[in-house]
Amino acid sequence: MQEVSAQPGVVPELKPKSYKSSSELKKRLWRNKLLYVMLLPGVLYFVIFKYLPMYGLIISFQDYKPYQGITGSEWVGIEHFQRLFTEPDFLNILGNTLILFGMNILFYFPIPIILALMLNELRGTFFKRTFQTLIYLPHFMSWVIVVSISFVMTTMDGGIINELLSYFGFEKINFLLSPGWFRPMYIIQIIWREAGWGTIIYLASIAAIDPGLYEAARMDGAGRLRQIWHITLPAIRGVIVTLLILKIGSVLDLGFEHVYLLLNSMNREVAEIIDTYVYTAGLRQGHFSYSTAIGFFKSIIGLIMVMSVNKLSKKMGEEGVY
Amino acid sequence: MVEDRTIGGRLFAAVNFTLLAIITLITVLPFIHVVAGSFTTSAELAANKFVLFPKVWSFEAYTFIFSTNTIIKSMGVSIGVTLVGTLFSMLITALMAYGLSRRDLDGRNVFNFLVVFTMLFHGGMIPTFLVVKELGLIDSYAALILPSAISAFNMIILKNFFQNIPEGLEESAKIDGCNDFGILFRIVLPLSLPAIATISLFYAVTYWNTYMSAILYLDDSAKWPIQVLLRQIVVLASGMDYSASLDATNPPPDQTIKMAVIVVATLPILMIYPFLQKHFAKGAMLGSMKG
Repeated sequence: MQEVSAQPGVVPELKPKSYKSSSELKKRLWRNKLLYVMLLPGVLYFVIFKYLPMYGLIISFQDYKPYQGITGSEWVGIEHFQRLFTEPDFLNILGNTLILFGMNILFYFPIPIILALMLNELRGTFFKRTFQTLIYLPHFMSWVIVVSISFVMTTMDGGIINELLSYFGFEKINFLLSPGWFRPMYIIQIIWREAGWGTIIYLASIAAIDPGLYEAARMDGAGRLRQIWHITLPAIRGVIVTLLILKIGSVLDLGFEHVYLLLNSMNREVAEIIDTYVYTAGLRQGHFSYSTAIGFFKSIIGLIMVMSVNKLSKKMGEEGVY
Repeated sequence: MVEDRTIGGRLFAAVNFTLLAIITLITVLPFIHVVAGSFTTSAELAANKFVLFPKVWSFEAYTFIFSTNTIIKSMGVSIGVTLVGTLFSMLITALMAYGLSRRDLDGRNVFNFLVVFTMLFHGGMIPTFLVVKELGLIDSYAALILPSAISAFNMIILKNFFQNIPEGLEESAKIDGCNDFGILFRIVLPLSLPAIATISLFYAVTYWNTYMSAILYLDDSAKWPIQVLLRQIVVLASGMDYSASLDATNPPPDQTIKMAVIVVATLPILMIYPFLQKHFAKGAMLGSMKG
């Protein structure tokens, strides 16, 4: 925008902003030299630990040998990517990943929304604050702690859940080693750790709703549930859609730690996902190139998903993530 | 909002309150059970599994875990990595965020894009591992800090916060002869204490919870932070993979000992949580806004 002088009669100096002579640019760069010095550590970090690994992705087109390095290893084209789609192991793992993701959307995603609606309807700041404080807490515990707590509670010898089961005359269940219990355990742990924390963003957007809307609804005789349905939910629709997009974008990216901690030789059939497989195949068994190809595949799918779902949501009239 | 005094309104409020109370209880009960169990004698826990409050307070589990060197050592590693890592991350995050917050910086859009792009696409585990290895960081504590030194998310939150500080303040400092470092450390940072506190706490929690980097980059078990040790003691010892978890001479850890290790690994979070709590909602909000 042009700056216009406030004084009448003085003609503002008209200098198009796009005009940059190279000497002027050099002068500006030099004047801001300290700012560039400040950026340096951060830029180095991103180059070394984020962009160098992206360059390292080319080993997925090679038969990478650690002692020969990227420059010395042999090129094999897309052999590793072809292997992905013929390997029964990989297809099973892809299936496991998609199932866990589906359970995430189905069983976890709605819970923070419902919790936020409930918290919002709560009268009395004291209880509201207390409940919030306590349900946020698990978010700050590491997956190791969350998994460890469930281990001591569900273990066969002396875990409280199994003791309760046998107290009420049921059979004890080997939650930790039975493949059938892996998925329920996984999703329950996610809900326990994240549901409370997930309410924050919904509560904030609920707080921004014009109270006049509720007043008008009450005048029209709307009860609490109708107010939630006709005012609160539509008002936070944008946030819900945005978060859903982010979630869908990370379809193959369930996170390494949580599943890795629950994984054992008994439940591998249902528990191995892409992230843990990259680790096992790559670092445990030394198939660097194949494993990198899997990771590459995963990252590209993620990128495509985020961009296309974002576009779709813009078409539907929502805001989108970027 | 006005209190709804109709019968339906009261019923709604009562049901809502009760459900929320139950949900909150379910959230905290597992942890109370573990804390209580860790202070119970192993005999009482074995006889009476439903402990939520020990009859006799016992420190035998804690005495045991602190009599072995293993736990003390890995606590030391975790504390050290958390302190050094948080300071280092905060410093380089703030420097970068401040640079990028200045509108007169040529090329800031390019830098911004390069940062945001890393949130959408990354090289993945193996290429990152190879970079860390090439740098000779395997088995060094630096491997727990450097590869995740800046969180792009935290940096953007901080940058947005800095951008909201009136430019006039910076300009007047400049006229008084302050250089960019002076402006950052004497004007901008003191004005950003809530944001700094939030992000430091985020970093501190992340470093305390470090698990994956340790698994990937530390082969030497003497350097394990507490989270890795916790998994060895609780998860592996209770599965069939049970092997040498503590010293080979010690018996397999029983429930009270496992619970005590969980408490010890959670303790710092529980101690800083009240401070954290004050700031984080605001921080999370800032983060959810667009950069």
